[in-house]
Parts: sequence; structure tokens; C-alpha cells
Amino acid sequence: MSGILTYALHYEGAFNKNSLGAVSEGARLAREIGGDAAVAVVGGDDLTDELCQSLGSYGATKVYRARAPEGLAQPVVDVMAQVLSEEGYSYALFGGGLLGFEIGAGLTARLHAGVTMEVTEVKAQDGKLVAVRPILQDSAIVDVDYVSEPGIIIGRLNAFEVSADGGGAAEVVDVGVQLQEHSTRARMVQRGEQRGADVNIEDAATLVAGGRGLGKPEGFDLCEELAGALGGTVAATRAVVDAGWYPYAAQIGQTGKTVAPKLYLAAGISGAIQHKVGMQSSENIVAINKDPNAPIFEFSDLGVVGDLNKILPKLTEAVKAKKGG
Amino acid sequence: MKICVLVKEVPDAAVEKRIDTGSKRIDRSGEKNLNPFDTHAIEAAMQVKEGGVVDVEEVVAVTMGPESAFRALHKAVSLGADRSIHLTDEALADSDVCATGYALAKVLETESPDLVLLGQQSDDGECYTIGAVVADHLRMPSLTQVIKIDVGEGKLTCERQAEYGYDTVEVDLPAVISVGDAINEPRYPSLKAIMGAKKKQLDTRAIGDVGIEADRVGEGGSRTSVLGINPPPPKAAGEIIEDEDTNETVRKIVSWLDERKLLA
Repeated sequence: MSGILTYALHYEGAFNKNSLGAVSEGARLAREIGGDAAVAVVGGDDLTDELCQSLGSYGATKVYRARAPEGLAQPVVDVMAQVLSEEGYSYALFGGGLLGFEIGAGLTARLHAGVTMEVTEVKAQDGKLVAVRPILQDSAIVDVDYVSEPGIIIGRLNAFEVSADGGGAAEVVDVGVQLQEHSTRARMVQRGEQRGADVNIEDAATLVAGGRGLGKPEGFDLCEELAGALGGTVAATRAVVDAGWYPYAAQIGQTGKTVAPKLYLAAGISGAIQHKVGMQSSENIVAINKDPNAPIFEFSDLGVVGDLNKILPKLTEAVKAKKGG
Repeated sequence: MKICVLVKEVPDAAVEKRIDTGSKRIDRSGEKNLNPFDTHAIEAAMQVKEGGVVDVEEVVAVTMGPESAFRALHKAVSLGADRSIHLTDEALADSDVCATGYALAKVLETESPDLVLLGQQSDDGECYTIGAVVADHLRMPSLTQVIKIDVGEGKLTCERQAEYGYDTVEVDLPAVISVGDAINEPRYPSLKAIMGAKKKQLDTRAIGDVGIEADRVGEGGSRTSVLGINPPPPKAAGEIIEDEDTNETVRKIVSWLDERKLLA
């Protein structure tokens, strides 16, 4: 067996960034271990030939397209189990995210396959893949290999870089799949409902995140003004979301979103491990906190010890002036 | 209706976790407790039971783990479960996700539940995945990270936050549902419930009792193997500014951002 089958999630005619990262990573690894860099896509009419072929620019050579309900994992398990078995791929790769976890787990059961999750790096060694994953809240890193094929690799959200320097159009192959009975017993009633604020913190290049240290819900006004000046988006810690200061959609951390923006500016965030796991892959971390002993200073690139209420408004003005000039 | 709740014993969050470098497994000795995420699953079961929409005959807590794991079952029972089942067998030691999901599914098969509930992840192995593994073995529909459950006739209406916003999904019973911790605020057990927990029925099962094939569990039945464990790469300490003159502080922050082309 050889080659890698990667899952790509799409919505309303576009693939998500996390999936494109996985497709790019699958292509890179397939070049190392040999075989196709294949992608599985599942959905309706918005999966046009053009959309599927476009995965070629991320390095995919072949795209298996199946018509089945979107947004639920089990139909995708049926599709990928069939393709993996019939075409003999050695690995299934996922970018993480809710569906990636569910599909990967379903395949584990269906194919009696080994699975690793929260993978941050995949290494090709002797024609096989080794998954690298942090465990115990990132206090140790393990290298895991698979004792049988296929192996299931579920990445940490946004762990894999999107690389659009691949080839031309990918070959599109339509797959007919008979869904398992239990895969038809969940039905999407409503998908993608936006509640509270319409925020998409996962794709933002700049995030200004607020925590308990803002002191009161109105503290988020300062974050919003600064985010506005920086051209970024506001995010929040679990503590303030639970306290009702900011919507859940903006929550970062173990029970919220995992983000990796170019700039992560943490305002009044202590940096508990549950928060750290959601943002530590950010390229540049700036922390402002009045407590010099806050754990966040241990993993920030620039730490500012001081009063947010004094610093944030002036910083907003200075950023505006700099960008305006 | 019968509800089974999967629970797990994990090291207490207050205890520092260690890796046994010999066996390359998490050192599970030391203080243990019920996985805090599982208390939300038990609470969800109790709310279905007390909700009055369907008649729930029984809530059964199920765990797999070493002998000491009975303590997690006592806690689960003190939170409202009617009885519990402890799958424990030397042959299960070192099972990976694939093997664990298979073994749990075999125990659940003997109970024929209408609903299986579990927490969204465990505090130690971070396996968000067990629910979906169990569901595929049981050939049941499944959802994870559910934050709202409405019980209907033979089905559930579930809500969860997914990649593109909130999804509402209708799921036929029987089903396997992993709940997110936003779903409820677990109750505290009463002293009476804690004292009474040891008296509730607790059945211990070995792999042969539930038809688990020995070669599909334990280290030999696992499909992954740990090659090595390393400390995380050290991160260089960042620059620190103590704010004395805010204008000067802000000037430093802006120039730091500008040097990294973050103000483009």
C-alpha cells in the first residue's frame, strides 16, 4: 500500500484553511514516502469540478468526490473507509477540528486502525510516517508510529502550513458510496448558525484577546478599539466568556478555539495552561498584564507589565498614527 | 430508556503528571479522581431522567481501568447513577484508543443502552475521540461536543458549535453523545449520596465476561506504538517592559510590532 488520503472540509463553495493546510502537508509527505497525494471531499453540488481540481495547487494529485450529506462525520467515514480499503492508501490525514476528530475516530473503529490526535508534526522515516504529538498539556512530546496500515493522523488545528506552490489541476474521481444504516440516522437541521457576535477568530491574522484582567465587561471596548486599529479581531478567555463578558464564539483555549495568528496580543490574560494550548502556536505573542508573575510572560515574545487601562488607549492611538502615517 | 455514561479515572489535576520513561506511558499512580469532563455527562443523564419527557429506568456508569478505578464509579454513583460496571483485566493494560474503544463497545453491547453519554475529552490522554470510536462499533449515530440536548420521541435534537457556527442536528436513538462542558453545571453530591455510593450495585467484568477478544486489546492489540518521549523544545524568554512612562512603553511596543512588520 502507499499514498496518503487527506480529508478536506468545505462550506458554501470554499475549503477551509485548516483543510488546505492538511492537503499541503499530505502532498509534502506523499512526495517523501511515495504514492498519490489524494483528497476526499464529501458534499453536494457546490463541489464543482473546478473547486475539486483547485486542490491541485496545494499539491493534491487526485480528488475523490462523493455526494453525501455535509457537516456530519459518519457519512464521510463511509466514504473514506471505502476509498482507503479499495485504493490501498497507507495513511488518512486530517487537519483537526471537530469533524476531523470525529471522522478519524470513526475510521479507527471501522478499519481497526491506529490513530494519533493533536499531532503537531509528521515525519517521514524509512518510507513510513511518524506522528509527533504533545501530551499532558504540552509538558512532553511523543513520537508515535503505526504497527499496521492504514494509520490515522489527526492534526492539531492549523498545525499544518498551507502551501499553494503545488501543481496543476487535480484529477477528480467520483465515488459512489452506499451509506451505512447508522450513518443516515443523524440529520442536519440547521448548519452554521451565527450567535452573538459574527466573529471568525480562527482565520484572523491579528487577535487582541481579553481576559479577567480587563476588570469588567466594558474592558472589551478597549480591546475592540485596539483590534480595530490593528485590523484584527477580538478573542476572549474562557473565564470571561463564562462570566458573560464576551460571546463563546470568540473563546480560545482547551474548550474553545485553537488559533495561530501572526500577532496575538493578550490583554489581562494570566496564561493558564487551558488558554495556552489554544494560542501557543501564534507567531508573535505580546502580553500585557499587571502581574509580573503571570505565567503568560513565560511564553510571550514581548511582555508588558502595567495597567491595561492606561496602556491600551494610548497604544490604540499610537497604532492608528503609525498606520495612518 | 436506559442511559449508560462512560467515565474515567484520571490523575487529580492538582497532582503533577509524569511519564514513566520505562513503559513510555502516563504514570497513573498517585491521587486519582473522576475525569472532571465526565461529571457533565452524568449531569446530562440526570437532567434527561429528571426532565420527565421520557421515562429513564436506569443510569449506568461504565468504566474501564485498573482496580483503583472503582473510585471514579463511586463518584459517578454519588452524582446520581443507579449502578455501575467496572471492566478491568490485566489484558487491557496499555490499550490505545483503537483497543479501548473496542473494549468499551463490547461492555456496552451487554447493556443495550438507548443512549450513551460521555464527556468531551479526558483530562489525561486528551482523547476527544473515544465516543466516535465506540459509536462506530455499536453502529449508532454519534455527535461530539454537544452543548444542548432536547429529548423527543425516539430521537434527540442536539446543538453544538462546529467549524462554521452552531449546528442543530437531529439524532435517532440509540445514539452516542459526547457532551461539551458548556452543557450544564454539574451538581455537587450530597453527603448522603457519597455515603450511599458504596452500597449501590457495582459489577466487575473481565474481558471474557463481555466477549472481548484478547488479541484486540492491550499492548499487543494496539495499532500505535510510542517510539520515544521528549521534553518540549525550550522557548527563549521574551523581552519584558515594565511600564513606568506609558508614552515610552507604547512607543517601544509600536516599534517592536513595526520591526516584525505587524503594522503593515
